[in-house]
Amino acid sequence: MSKNKLKIAFYWAASCGGCEIAVLDINEKILEVVQIADIVFWPVAMDIKYKDVQAMEDKYIDITFFNGSIRNSEQEEMAKLLRQKSKTLVAFGSCAHEGCVPGLANLHDSKEILDYVYTKEKSVVNPEGTIPQTETQVKEGTLDIPRFYDTVKTLAQTVDVDYYIPGCPPPVKLIAEAVDAIAAGKLPPKGSVLAPLKAVCDECPRKRENKKINKIYRVHEKVPEPEKCLLEQGIICMGIATRSGCGAQCLQVDMPCTGCQGPGPNMPETGAGMITALAAILGYDEKNLSPEDVEKLMSQIKDPVGTFYMYSLPASILRRKVMKK
Amino acid sequence: MKEITINPITRLEGHGNISIFLNDEGEVENAYLKIPELRGFEKFCEGRRAEIMPLLTTRICGVCPVAHHFASVKALDAAFNVEPTSTAKKLRELMYEGYIIYDHILHFFYLGGPDFIVGPDAPPEKRNILGVIEKAGLEIGKEVIKHRAYGQKITAILGGKATHPVCGLPGGISKALSEENRQEIEKMATSSVEFAKLSLKLFHDIVLGNSGYVDLIKSDAYTIKTYYMGQVDEDNKVNFYDGKIRVVDPNGSEFLKFEPKDYLTHIGEHVEPWTYSKFPFLKKIGWKGLSYGADNGVYRVGPLGRLNASDGMATPLAQAEFEVMYKTLGRPVHGTLAFHWARLIELLYAAERAVELVKDPEITSTNIRNKPGEPGEGVGVVEAARGTLYHHYVLDKDALVKDVNLIVATTNNYPAICMSIRDAAKGLIHEGKVDQGVLNKVEMAFRAYDPCFACATHAAIGQMPLAVKVYDSQKNLLQTLQR
Repeated sequence: MSKNKLKIAFYWAASCGGCEIAVLDINEKILEVVQIADIVFWPVAMDIKYKDVQAMEDKYIDITFFNGSIRNSEQEEMAKLLRQKSKTLVAFGSCAHEGCVPGLANLHDSKEILDYVYTKEKSVVNPEGTIPQTETQVKEGTLDIPRFYDTVKTLAQTVDVDYYIPGCPPPVKLIAEAVDAIAAGKLPPKGSVLAPLKAVCDECPRKRENKKINKIYRVHEKVPEPEKCLLEQGIICMGIATRSGCGAQCLQVDMPCTGCQGPGPNMPETGAGMITALAAILGYDEKNLSPEDVEKLMSQIKDPVGTFYMYSLPASILRRKVMKK
Repeated sequence: MKEITINPITRLEGHGNISIFLNDEGEVENAYLKIPELRGFEKFCEGRRAEIMPLLTTRICGVCPVAHHFASVKALDAAFNVEPTSTAKKLRELMYEGYIIYDHILHFFYLGGPDFIVGPDAPPEKRNILGVIEKAGLEIGKEVIKHRAYGQKITAILGGKATHPVCGLPGGISKALSEENRQEIEKMATSSVEFAKLSLKLFHDIVLGNSGYVDLIKSDAYTIKTYYMGQVDEDNKVNFYDGKIRVVDPNGSEFLKFEPKDYLTHIGEHVEPWTYSKFPFLKKIGWKGLSYGADNGVYRVGPLGRLNASDGMATPLAQAEFEVMYKTLGRPVHGTLAFHWARLIELLYAAERAVELVKDPEITSTNIRNKPGEPGEGVGVVEAARGTLYHHYVLDKDALVKDVNLIVATTNNYPAICMSIRDAAKGLIHEGKVDQGVLNKVEMAFRAYDPCFACATHAAIGQMPLAVKVYDSQKNLLQTLQR
């Protein structure tokens, strides 16, 4: 292990594995990474253990890329350990950044989820109403499994985070640029999101005409015209409120942006940004809106939480649904 | 009683882990594979817009997002009572073959295959992709990386993104294929056929050419006799994207053949308190605990399950290799390690089928969407790389999701994986003696399934580092083994 090389670690908490695939997708770039860095911890691909990390001196690791959200005590403990051992901690991908799709679990608590999954789902055959327990006695001994938290948390809600690489999963281009910036020692100020300071709209080839819309279409209800802005055709596209860097990939196949890259520049959160944008664009070109008009326009938006906070409920000002006891 | 725990380093991480209990003689009494994580997609998808389900459910798994995407889209086709256009079906299937190509390559060369190519007793630090390259040569290593990337590229062209694609809509697909992209896909698919042939040659040379490996495949420790399930076309040939579900009994005779929409008549899920994963079983036989044979409803899915449940492959080269496998191992094959061989046969089929589809004169048609009808209820099934995947939605009048049921590919195999691990442990651990090789062979029993616990955890993406602790009956630590 070279003394001059950077020491890098990868770790994943609650995630789908897509961030790991994104790392594989940098393909031959990984060879450059190996040139400039030693990978000191990567449970996915290497045989280095938790206790080896524990034994490292504080700040031994130069950069840790951490993907996945925090939803049980074990993940929380690992986040804290890696924070302690790393000079720089990067929240990698939407789950670590904002909680992502699994963060929609914050609309429920663990009891509701357990109850549904093990007793109510259509294929379950469970006359005794068995629900998994953290500790179970079997005839040979005791078996234990972790308890999961009621609330999904982002990495920054758990420990101090230095940088964010957004996306679900992060675009290869952003990963490559982050690697280059690290190699050159040219990282921006702490707290930065490592993506261009633009919105997805800036990367989208479709044309905007600054028209008002008064009818909202869902993606399966309308075949969009080829070159016009989707939002101006009444299809909710989050591009206007979403950080760029993805190359507007979803738009390349004529589908709207759903906001996985997190809030656009200078926006506190994706949902608020999108609601503000919609407030400006919903309406009629020729008349002032009455309260009834507003009501009618807004009621066309089905499932606003799932629409505006598909990837960001845990990181949003809403955070979670308050459960009635 | 002694207890051995095979626990990923990440005891702390919420990944699958194995506890093996020994009796006083040091023989294996029982073994448990615990799945320690749950995310609850079925619950939080409630209330979401129906058309967004193909995007939400891809996040169940970043390794097999295309499978979830299309199981979901097919459930929406059914729920909106709309048949996709002929071109849309072909484009979906083409994209699906791209996914099978990258996923099967990922497993064979990066994850499970190293056990065979590098060897089950090789030091752990060699049992990975780099060890494979060392053994097979850098040229082959480059081909591996290139063709995995081709599979990803094919899915990205059609899906917008390879990981977490967005193109699926009820009644079709969002974008037609341009001639320029068609040519690019044809080149990549054609090259993938050659690569699949090369992979099989490697398997023949390194694995089948070694009688020790063949004995291992055939050994009792790795044999469990179960039912098998897979999706087949009208000729009972394997089909990943569409068809009927066929189940064969442990003798290989057809036991069931049903329409995906009737799955609830045939499949139930049992719940145990010590794991977050459920235990699917055939309702007609019933759940009889973790035992196998014709009178327990445990079945297996995935590459070997599909081949056992079918009468063959629909493309010529894959069919020829299918025949070689059954001639060598008999029919049906109960040896768990034959999953690897079956996986490579499927890789060849996927590449051949992709070439057929991309040359189809209809493939660049712009007739790619039919208009959805009124929202209702629908079931969508595809063969994920790891097995049969069921999505079932009930929609309300606003096309919001009212009810979701999912049976994920690896979950189907979970009862069998538990038994495979237990039996491998029983066959390999005696008089309390446990060493590195034995542990890896126990792990091999479940790696063969390519268990994607991403769908429940995500432990399968890499090799699972192990810590093994041996306790005496008073729970005093006798021995610690790690690798």
